[in-house]
Amino acid sequence: MSLRKDNKSRESSQEPNQKEDVILETQKLTKKFGGLIAVNNFDLKVKREEISALIGPNGAGKTTVFNVVTGIYPADGGKIIFKGENLNGCKPHEVATKGIARTFQNIRLFSKMTCLENVMSGQHCRCSAGTWSSIFRTLKQREEERRTMKVAESRLNQVGLWEYRDMLAKNIPYGSQRMLEIARALATNPDLLILDEPSSGLNEEESENLMKFLKALLKERLPILLIEHDMNVVMGVSDWITVMDEGKKIAEGLPKEIYNNPLVIEAYLGKEEEE
Amino acid sequence: MMKKNKILKKAGILIVVAIALCIFPFVASTYLVDVAFFFGIYALLGLSLNIVLGEVGLFDLGHAAFYAVGAYTTAILNTRLGIPIFVLLPVSGLTAAGFAWLVCSPVIHLRGDYLCIVTIGLGEIVRIALLNDPGGLTGGPNGVFGIDRPTLGGPLVIDTSIGFYFLIWIVVGLSIFGLVRLQNSRIGRAWNCIREDEVAAEATGINVRSLKLLCFILGAGLAGLAGNIYASKMMCVSPESFTFMDSCMYFCIVLLGGMGSIPGAVIGAAAIGLFPEIFRSLAKYRMLFFGAAMVAMMYFRPAGLWPRKRGGSGVK
Repeated sequence: MSLRKDNKSRESSQEPNQKEDVILETQKLTKKFGGLIAVNNFDLKVKREEISALIGPNGAGKTTVFNVVTGIYPADGGKIIFKGENLNGCKPHEVATKGIARTFQNIRLFSKMTCLENVMSGQHCRCSAGTWSSIFRTLKQREEERRTMKVAESRLNQVGLWEYRDMLAKNIPYGSQRMLEIARALATNPDLLILDEPSSGLNEEESENLMKFLKALLKERLPILLIEHDMNVVMGVSDWITVMDEGKKIAEGLPKEIYNNPLVIEAYLGKEEEE
Repeated sequence: MMKKNKILKKAGILIVVAIALCIFPFVASTYLVDVAFFFGIYALLGLSLNIVLGEVGLFDLGHAAFYAVGAYTTAILNTRLGIPIFVLLPVSGLTAAGFAWLVCSPVIHLRGDYLCIVTIGLGEIVRIALLNDPGGLTGGPNGVFGIDRPTLGGPLVIDTSIGFYFLIWIVVGLSIFGLVRLQNSRIGRAWNCIREDEVAAEATGINVRSLKLLCFILGAGLAGLAGNIYASKMMCVSPESFTFMDSCMYFCIVLLGGMGSIPGAVIGAAAIGLFPEIFRSLAKYRMLFFGAAMVAMMYFRPAGLWPRKRGGSGVK
């Protein structure tokens, strides 16, 4: 857990007097694709020490929000504020370096690399060795490599995949691939973890383990924002839920409140009941 | 124990190969030594393209352009200003690298086939520019003649086949040493990540743009070194050595050997460089055999002759 420590120092140096406990905030976030307004004046708040969920029916724009926040798409309007800093116009790798780590809806691993290498790549943005220091193996470079290995080892252990370390990522079971992607995100020493449908494709037992895992991460003081379709997972882990439909926020609140909100039931849960 | 044995075995193989490479020129005919020299040039070019194509997965079908820039830098500076070839060795590498930086910066964001088409265009532009003899520097279709033998300016001159053989293989050896270390570093891993999934690499905090540029710069730099040695071996350079077909050959070296595999690039260079020589007696038909052999290899070993093996990281 010493890994988290250097993170904390990074955090505190960057925000001397952040009064609120909000780590990520979007203000009137807008994203258009041609004539389609995928995200429309969307406000989202993620608090420190909370698991927040973003839910909504298919095509509501949840993944687009994630892609805009992590810099994959540029925002067409509004602000993204992370730890008091404006993220608008940041490139994805800059966003990751600032402390937001993410996973993808359809797993995106480095499939022909080993699991260990996949997780090691997370430390890339925390190291600085260049071409020459890598060729001549300077002291600093070796120190960084050792640290990278240590972080990768502890993260792989954390998700319980250490035994797969030398296997290619494409050759491990689907559920493990999901966990490996989370381990890779964790290896960047993030201050916020964004998960895009982490439980999709997992069986009940795996979902159950995932929920335990996420709650354990929260104890590590790592806030999480997730998109999720599995209502058991959403209701089980989230402290705060934001509901989105057609690019707009239609409700937010505690899981209980959301569960009974007629607007939400109409837009989202209602469809589930019909089935 | 297992790990130690493996390292000993590897070191043993390396020493045997090194000794064999040292003895070879003294027992073989001049013809064979020259073939081995060109094998070395191909190996260096294969290694250089392997950075771009193999490690990062960028389709570069204009690699001959960087080779040409290195060769012509040496040729022009040596014949006009009389600068010794060895002094021009780093100069050629740096010029080719700088040229790569200049021309690749604006197009590096292009993906897959689009970048491929741009590199084909780049290769052709360089070749045609050399043909057109800009400023009377490149000598048009005739090229540049009268390049010196490699020397630092003193009495030590490399002017035998054996000398050239050692020169190229020392450069290849040093390149392999550097590239293996790069491969096992943060840079090499990030390159592979980009090849596997660019979006995920970026989201993991890898600066895709600058690492792609870096691979082009390093690849071009190595190709520039090859150009320098080639120019002084042939004593003349002309545009017909840097055609699209040559770029395709280097491409084949990497594909045949195995993308991202350093020994693969050398083996691929052997296949491309030695095969036509072996089948020289078949004269006209040798290219046919060559093509058939390539098809067969791609069918039976689609990942290359010596693909890179991953895993076995040696972590206890």
